[in-house]
Amino acid sequence: MHLLYAFIAGGLFGAGLFVSGMTDTSKVQGWLDVFGAWDPTLAFVMGGAIIPMAIAWRLVEGRKPLVGGAFPEPSEPRLGRNLVLGSTMFGAGWGLAGLCPGPAIASLSYGGIWHWVFVAAMLAGMALAPLLRVRLDRLVPAE
Amino acid sequence: MEQDWIWGLIGGLLIGTGGAVYLLANGKIMGASGIIGGLVDGSGRRSAMERLVFLAGVFALPVLLYPLYGAVDTHVSTNPAVIIVAGLLVGAGTRLANGCTSGHGVCGISRLSLRGIVATVFYILAGGLTVVFFRHLLGVI
Repeated sequence: MHLLYAFIAGGLFGAGLFVSGMTDTSKVQGWLDVFGAWDPTLAFVMGGAIIPMAIAWRLVEGRKPLVGGAFPEPSEPRLGRNLVLGSTMFGAGWGLAGLCPGPAIASLSYGGIWHWVFVAAMLAGMALAPLLRVRLDRLVPAE
Repeated sequence: MEQDWIWGLIGGLLIGTGGAVYLLANGKIMGASGIIGGLVDGSGRRSAMERLVFLAGVFALPVLLYPLYGAVDTHVSTNPAVIIVAGLLVGAGTRLANGCTSGHGVCGISRLSLRGIVATVFYILAGGLTVVFFRHLLGVI
């Protein structure tokens, strides 16, 4: 059953990214570009997505997931170097291409070769991340 | 074009409903970078099938919806350097930060997670500065 739920969740995610226009890099960059022709769409997508999610977090209290197990514990409020540096790197890449991981997958079937190149580079970056983590720890033994 | 925000809102509600299903049914946080990254670095080996099926859904629904739209232009850059550097930064950055727009943004903010909110502030600031710098000063994107 958990696989069916995963497919439904992924399908809703992919459909939402598609109809919202978030696989159009010009709309993402248009939202980030406050000095250009500003495009507000992304704010509506974010706001729309947060509503059902906020309700879901309320329903978690005192319950268990349908497939069993436990709900994820709240993360420790640790605001370390990795969170800040990683998010800054991610933001720079997001701004450069107008793509983040979800829309990059959702757009593979119709975005053309450059979406595949982006995903290949993204997977390489993900593979390199553990190495980067170790390097950073050696450089600054933080966290 | 005027109804872009309505479609944004509808799409957002669909995305959030997907996240709600993933959370309430499977007990997992719907973060795209975490789901993909766990397959890449092996940390999610035990739930590999669930991750692959989720990603298949993300990939497949646009395939089904595409014929209703005809042509969809993603206006993606065709500059290899821009695309490759961007991909590397998105991949490494999201894994270092443990989340992206869906995990930290949608799932984190809706839970009022401090980490999610701080991550979102940093990636939006970095994204905004990057677009302004590379578009208005260098003119490469």
